[in-house]
Parts: sequence; C-alpha cells; structure tokens
Amino acid sequence: MLDIDKQVWKILEEVTDPEVPVLTILDLGIVRAVLINGKTIEVIITPTYSGCPAMDVISTAIRMKLLEHGFKYIKISSVLSPAWTTDWMSEEGKRKLLEYGIAPPKTRSDGLNIFNASPACPHCKSGNTTMISEFGSTACKSLYQCNDCKEPFDYFKCH
Amino acid sequence: MPPINLSTLQLINYTLHLADSTLILAQRNAEWCGHGPVLEQDIAITNISLDLLGQSRNFYQYAAALINQSTKQSETIASEDSLAYLRTEREFKNFLLVEQPNGDWGQTILRQFFFSAYQQLLYKKLKDSSDEQLAAIAIKSLKEVNYHVRWSREWIIRLGDGTEESRNRIVRAIQELWRYTGELFMPADYEEKAFTNGIGVNTSLLKNDWLAIINEVFEEATLSIPENIYMQSGGKEGIHTEHLGFILTDLQYMQRVYPGAKW
Repeated sequence: MLDIDKQVWKILEEVTDPEVPVLTILDLGIVRAVLINGKTIEVIITPTYSGCPAMDVISTAIRMKLLEHGFKYIKISSVLSPAWTTDWMSEEGKRKLLEYGIAPPKTRSDGLNIFNASPACPHCKSGNTTMISEFGSTACKSLYQCNDCKEPFDYFKCH
Repeated sequence: MPPINLSTLQLINYTLHLADSTLILAQRNAEWCGHGPVLEQDIAITNISLDLLGQSRNFYQYAAALINQSTKQSETIASEDSLAYLRTEREFKNFLLVEQPNGDWGQTILRQFFFSAYQQLLYKKLKDSSDEQLAAIAIKSLKEVNYHVRWSREWIIRLGDGTEESRNRIVRAIQELWRYTGELFMPADYEEKAFTNGIGVNTSLLKNDWLAIINEVFEEATLSIPENIYMQSGGKEGIHTEHLGFILTDLQYMQRVYPGAKW
C-alpha cells in the first residue's frame, strides 16, 4: 500500500502545469491528497484560481499519466477548502520559475503588504522594477518591467 | 420539479443569486475581449471576467447539487450548465447593476468598482457562513476580489482626476449607474432567510462600509456621490431591465438551438 502511494506521488511529479510548463503540479501545491481504496486511486486537487482554465487539462493529464503506468481505476476530485495559496509552492518550484524568467511570489500570502512587493527582475536581478499591469497572460501573473535592463517580465502574484 | 422544502429552496435561491450576479458580470466583461483600450487592460478586464466565471461555476455546481439532493430522484435534473443555459430571464436573480451595458471604459470600470467593493465586503462575512461550501467559495473568491478592487479603484482615480474628457465620462457613468446601487443593500426574502439561519449575509449592514469605500475613492478622484436619485430594484426577484434578455440571447444561444451540444 505504502509503495503504491509512493509510486503515485512519483508519477504526479511528471504532470506539469500547461500554462507554466516548468512547474509540476507538486511544485504548485495543488495536489491535496492521494487516496488508495482497493484498486481505485483517487487524486484530490484544488484550483489555483476559481476560473483557472488549466484545471480540466491537469485532471486529464493526471488520468493519462496514471493510465500509462498501468492504473485503471482512477478518480480525480476537486476541493475548494482550504483555498490554494502561493505559500504552498515549493522552494524548488520558485527556483524553477526564476530560471524560466518569471519572478516567483515575493512574500507570504498573509504578509502585511502582498500587493506592493516589487519583485526583482528575473533577468538582471535589479530591484528597480515597475508594474505595467495588475493582470498578465494568465490569472496567476501580473506584468512588470525592469527599469534598469528594460526587459518586461511576468510576476507570479502572491495569492 | 417535485416540491422542495422551504428552507432548502431559500438556500438554492440564495446560491443562484450569488451565481447569477457573478455570471452576468463575467459575460459583460467578456464582451470587452479584443476591444479593450490597450492590450494590458483588455487582458485585465478579461482576467476579471474569468475569475467571476469561475466563482459563478462554483456557486452553480453547489446549487445543482442542492437541487439534485432535495428532489431525491434517481436521475440528476440540474447541472451547472442547465442552470446557466436553460433558465429564463425571470428566473435570473442577478443585480440590475451587473446587466447594464458596458458603455465606455468609464462605465465598465465604475460598474466593476461598485460591484467588487460590494463583493469584498460580502465575502468577508460569507466566509464565516455556517454553510461550509458557501464559506469555502467565499474564502477562495475573496483573494481574487481583493485584486479587482485594487485595480478598479485606481482606474476611478485615474479617470476622475485625469483629463476633462475622462472626468466627464466617469461623471456621466456615475449619473447612469448610481440608481442601481441601492439594490445591493435591500435583502430579498431568500437573503433574509439565509442570514437569519446563519448561512447568508445581512447585506443592509454592509451599506455604510461600502459607502465609506466609495467616498474615500471618490474624494481622491475629485468626484462626488449624486443626490436625490431614485433607486431601481427588482433584479434579485427576477424583474430585470431590458438588457438581460439580450445578454441571455447571446449566452444561451448554442444550448437553445442545439440542446445538449458539447465541445
């Protein structure tokens, strides 16, 4: 039993976020539990944002990966509570984001001023950056520009 | 539909009211897709639309589950899709405010600011609901709404304290939309039932806090709240302005013409 549990978590490491492909769903912290009931594997996930369009794709990807590894009875369920927070993002995930050119969330979601955390530029590391738009290419990001190297970049919002 | 006991029916209506208001504003904002004044703001308003759509799906899924449980039939009769696509105008319980036309950017921004400021206060209370699912949706949604409030309030200030043109437009928007804000704080029967049961929020108690937020932002934007405007209401009971029918015509077209169509 314990082995199956370990095996499933290992397989989940192979499933990536379709919108931020450097992150696995474990890096994102959206897998809440894996339940093994006889032959049935249940994976419980939580959405990042209420309207996140990636959730359906992620559910399908989890199912496909488990099928590939020979599991036949698969159930994917979704829970809303506790609400997802960027605090659940792994340190490894944050490192990968930065490498990919996206500034990782800067403070904890319960930080005093989550809105005004001006992120460092992921390209030249300058702290001198300006927000261009509160909302970016996906729900979880806003758009910034570096005032020194002038490059625009995405910032993964604290949530 | 077989008879449903009264308190469940009130909870279903309350949940549908929350779902409908978020869906209709999501639909209105989505009309901006590809038409925003600049790319970043086009993306912003459609991101907000997507958040609201997600919130409405959570409410509809819950309402559908309540309906299916309470009718105790073997087949499921309601789903998030049937509730969004197959109800008529008179069955929709959204605020009149959210169905108003987009108008210009000023009017869209003002409608969003009024609604987001309201949602923020509502969800801060609804998160303590005795109904676990409504509380969970509120906690999840509040994080998103905080960003919507911040974004729309900054735009109000930018437009009000901007050029003569931008100021004229936002003043016109206030004249147009203020009459739909009274309804936010007039509880319908199902809302009263919901808050006396510890499930819902007494929205009449949110009014002063909401006015304080509006006043603070208006002051910074050098704008003022209009006086002696008659407050329109009825949306929550299904009595809508002419606009809702047109929205539903767009929104429901595919399911009406090709019943059960799937992607």
